[in-house]
Amino acid sequence: MNDLVVTNKLTRILPETVPVTLVKDVSLTVGEGEFVAITGPSGSGKSSLLYLLGLLDQPTGGTLTIDGQDCGVMSEAERARLRLEKMGFVFQFHFLLPEFSARDNIAIPMRKLGKLSRAEIDERAESLLVSLGLGDHVHKLPSQLSGGQRQRVAVARSLANNPALLLADEPTGSLDSKSSEQVFSILEMLVREQGKTVIIVTHDLEMAARTDRRIHLVDGMLAEADPAA
Amino acid sequence: MRLILDIALTHILGRGRQTLVAVIGVAVGVGFSIAMAALMQGGQDDFVEQLIDTMPHVQVTDERRTPKRQPAEDAFAAVEISGLRPPDDRRGIVNPTAATAWLREWLPGLFSASLRTQGVVRYSGREAGASIIGVDPATESAVSPIIGDFTEGSFAALVSGGNNIVMGDRMAEKLGAGIGDTVFAVSSTGLSRAFKIVGLFHTGTTARDESEAYVLLKNAQIVSERANAINDIRIKLDDPYASPAVARRIEAELGYKAVAWQEANEGIMEAFIVRNVIMYTVVAAIMLVAGFGIFNIISTITHEKARDIAIMKSLGFSQGDMQRMFVIEGVAIGAAGSGFGWMLGFALTLALSSIRFELDAGGQEITELPIAWSTLHYAIASSFALGSAAVAGYLPARRAARLNPVDIIRGAS
Repeated sequence: MNDLVVTNKLTRILPETVPVTLVKDVSLTVGEGEFVAITGPSGSGKSSLLYLLGLLDQPTGGTLTIDGQDCGVMSEAERARLRLEKMGFVFQFHFLLPEFSARDNIAIPMRKLGKLSRAEIDERAESLLVSLGLGDHVHKLPSQLSGGQRQRVAVARSLANNPALLLADEPTGSLDSKSSEQVFSILEMLVREQGKTVIIVTHDLEMAARTDRRIHLVDGMLAEADPAA
Repeated sequence: MRLILDIALTHILGRGRQTLVAVIGVAVGVGFSIAMAALMQGGQDDFVEQLIDTMPHVQVTDERRTPKRQPAEDAFAAVEISGLRPPDDRRGIVNPTAATAWLREWLPGLFSASLRTQGVVRYSGREAGASIIGVDPATESAVSPIIGDFTEGSFAALVSGGNNIVMGDRMAEKLGAGIGDTVFAVSSTGLSRAFKIVGLFHTGTTARDESEAYVLLKNAQIVSERANAINDIRIKLDDPYASPAVARRIEAELGYKAVAWQEANEGIMEAFIVRNVIMYTVVAAIMLVAGFGIFNIISTITHEKARDIAIMKSLGFSQGDMQRMFVIEGVAIGAAGSGFGWMLGFALTLALSSIRFELDAGGQEITELPIAWSTLHYAIASSFALGSAAVAGYLPARRAARLNPVDIIRGAS
């Protein structure tokens, strides 16, 4: 198993008048095809760590290597390119562009990548929607979908460019239990059947228990004890 | 990029009314700039045209730009020679026959050689100082519009007798003379000769009407005792804008001062440049104001769409992409505004050109506004509009592109 994500003493401190430590000295390795949960109490830096891993935020210390590439030396445009090609994000809030239909939202990362023709992009977007049980909602706007449906569209969009790494920040946080289960089982399926690497931030211990490995954070640092283990 | 353009368009179309106001702002600016430019350019062209019509395009006189070198200066290698008494040169253009023959050979246009001399015209005890101009009526009428200014008699009547004269109506009035009367022209050398008035002209320029009198060239040469001399060549070119080049060539060959109309009216030409600078400053100011409208809407969009900016960044759009997107939005509004502005400008110019009014300024009647139709005005107004739109989009775009997506994602969840 190759190491997809490797961090060494990854640290993020907000440079305020009283510096706030979000993440401190986190060293971890996530292999290809692993399903990892980041857990911890509120304010423990779970999401901050995920944003660092997703290159949305810049660490103030330590190193981060994704798929063998040192992210510390990359330019902003190179990081954006890496996100586009190798990563998919799912957030607690669906973050779909409100003016675009479900299919067109999924098409955006593919069009940005520019490797497929418009027809191929639309075809792939539709098949992603079908595979996530949204075949009837291809042309609907986000405002015409339910919360669970929107979140599944968001998952479909994160898969658009067939990324190796999926990062999910409380993806079920704003959903009812039925929709939560739907979304979570999709993530599970992606790891088990398609060999994707999924890192999920959650405070739901039951869900965390269904992953391969749990990383527990307390005050931005890796905690020794793993309560769900 | 097509995708960024698509997203940009949904943004501005999503704010229909505000977009419309911004577009109208640009359109009005562009439209009025075009109409103003058409009017100002029209006025300028009209004036220049009159200038070209009434003035010789190039005038060669017997003056030199730099004083002739004295023989002593060439003979001795002295720093300065003082107390020289220069010899009396024969005045007028030296060897006029050769000079006119040379001009006739290559000049793309017509010219008239004349002798202008100062003198006095006398009639029944009254006198008037006069510029007595000896001309060949056939060639003179080709370079001077005076032929159309006659109130009595005609220019052509000069050749109908041996000793005829035509003069300005004000001079005739001053002398108390009229058509058919015989006046005496006295030159500065004291020679006097009788002439019969065969024509009176009124150019509208008081100085000329008071002091100009035309006689046949040979008569002027006789009165001023300068046989065969000329001191003034006026040239009308087929292409008036070739004047400076022609003037340079003549000056280089003949050595006499040859003045193109552009040089003769340098002051006016400079005034036109100043006027154009003022005009484009006003255009720039209008576009600046229109730019504020664009700035306002793009600014609002970047605030409203902060969430979209964050998500697009997380999807793999770079800062540069986001910046480009908002600049495109600004430029799109600018482009739409220019398009409508062109129509408005065209309509306004058309309306201005159809205005008719009567204005009686000393016999000269203006019945319509001078309008110049030029695609250049459209291009300039548009480029000002697009430029200010790009800047107006760039400023908020730069700020929006720097947004840290994490701040927004945290805030939204």
